[in-house]
Amino acid sequence: MKPVSLSVAYMPLVDAAPLIIAQEMGFADPEGLSLDLIAAPSWSSARDMLAFGRVDAAHLPSPVPIAMALGLGGVATPLSAVLVLSVNGNVIGVSRALESRLRDLGSDFDFADARKAATALAKAATGPLVFGVPFPFSMHAELLRYWFARTDLADRAIEIRTVPPPLMARALADGEVDAFCVGEPWGSVAVDMGAGALLLPGKAIWAFAPEKVLAVRTEWAETEQRLLGGLMRSVWRAGRWLSQPGSRTIAAEILSRPAYLDLPAELIDRALTGRFTISGQAEQRAVGDFLHFHSGAANFPWRSQARWIAHRLSRQNGLDSAAAQDAAAAVFRTDLFRRHLASTDADMPGASEKIEGAIRHPMAVASQKGRLSLLPDAFFDGSNFDPKTAD
Amino acid sequence: MESKLIIVVVEEDRGHALGIVEALKDSGEHEVHVIGASTGLARKIAAHAPDVVLIDVDNPTRDMLEELTLASGPLERPVAMFVSGAASGLAQAAIDAGLSAYVVDGLKPERLRPVMDTAIARFRMMRQMRTELAETRRALEERKVIDRAKGLLMKARGIDEDAAYMLLRRTAMDQGRRLADVAEALVTASGLLR
Repeated sequence: MKPVSLSVAYMPLVDAAPLIIAQEMGFADPEGLSLDLIAAPSWSSARDMLAFGRVDAAHLPSPVPIAMALGLGGVATPLSAVLVLSVNGNVIGVSRALESRLRDLGSDFDFADARKAATALAKAATGPLVFGVPFPFSMHAELLRYWFARTDLADRAIEIRTVPPPLMARALADGEVDAFCVGEPWGSVAVDMGAGALLLPGKAIWAFAPEKVLAVRTEWAETEQRLLGGLMRSVWRAGRWLSQPGSRTIAAEILSRPAYLDLPAELIDRALTGRFTISGQAEQRAVGDFLHFHSGAANFPWRSQARWIAHRLSRQNGLDSAAAQDAAAAVFRTDLFRRHLASTDADMPGASEKIEGAIRHPMAVASQKGRLSLLPDAFFDGSNFDPKTAD
Repeated sequence: MESKLIIVVVEEDRGHALGIVEALKDSGEHEVHVIGASTGLARKIAAHAPDVVLIDVDNPTRDMLEELTLASGPLERPVAMFVSGAASGLAQAAIDAGLSAYVVDGLKPERLRPVMDTAIARFRMMRQMRTELAETRRALEERKVIDRAKGLLMKARGIDEDAAYMLLRRTAMDQGRRLADVAEALVTASGLLR
């Protein structure tokens, strides 16, 4: 039987891997699907292609469908986040000038301690700081704001500016931004270009942050249930494959192809293994849990994650938090996840919400098959986000 | 009488930009500005306080414009992507033509329509030209590679041009690959063996 072709928009990033692998390694075949992967030139264009029906699904930053549901950003088509494609995976980097001032002040670039890094950065900054992020509605921007507000950086004048990931290294080299938060491999590209050094992985701020989601039009999710189910299962299996250590070399090779990221496999490998070269002096740092495609129920679209994002967006845009949270919780479709992945080995948590930040050690939780382990999801400041009492 | 519309066109290619400006001038009295460089894009646009911003869908710096959709100060005007709401048929046509537009909130559809129709027509033409150019370039490149591969085969096997071409074609068909790809592989391999 001829496979049904589904068009999917993505941005060329390491975290687009589950979509690329689903097609390239044949995980879509048994579902009778063939994924027509369309590289988008920008996040706004990936979003618009999905909203206006040019593609059936898209790889999007987790805050994008939520911002749309809150009426932010212009386009209003209702979208559903049916599955979390990746957890974590961002890096924060600084310019050469900031790097050398940080070193003069004795910073060791441990690539781990978010509070220590903020204190050092606040001391090293001589004027207002400009941080580049890929998109106004992104985990990058939310992690930075959360980090600024709870550290010595709160007293500093900081501007967050949008710079598309492929242009980030150049913007840093040209002094257009002093620092950035970006998804790999673009942080490593900046290091290899000699534009700056890496200061922190995103997970140092929030240990289990939903980074990208697989999004579809809500109306399409209702009318095309069979196709959606097939797509979700293909992508989920691709994520499971990616989580196996033996898959990394092949994954890096496939992603590096000209049709996808068109960058050396070695650069891509850093995010997959969590082993980074953080500066021009070739200093190496290893990070556990740098990027998840599967482990710890990474794909489950926790409604509490959506609520955290909505709460943050509501604070910046003067919206009512409770109403924003409810609108967002309806975007993260735990119901569709449970329904369409029921025929796979995916184990489902008993609850659809949790207290974000409360898990400090891998923890077994009640699940349908009784063997689900959740990974640490702590915030660097040790606080918890309880959707009901958030302020 | 209504005031002129202020339109900002974001386009690096000077020729393209001029073409759009000319076309827009023909569609009515507008004040049209062109911005080429991507550095500080959002700020440069905001300085003109435009009613409409036009940008190529494929322009990677487009994400910088998303900041315009968030009015951060009381004096700044919120710019929505016009595609929300009533004008969504127009939006679809624009996106198909390779155009994104940001329009100030509350701009009347009847004032927007002629501008958008003109811009859409222009962008569609640009897109066609670009596709044709890319296709022509590719065809020329492939032709060159195939000629080189033919030359290599003629020398190595002492056959004439037609036989060399037939050999390439048969190999491509046997392997289910494109003729140009087989030629490319041959040229690369012979370069390595030399």
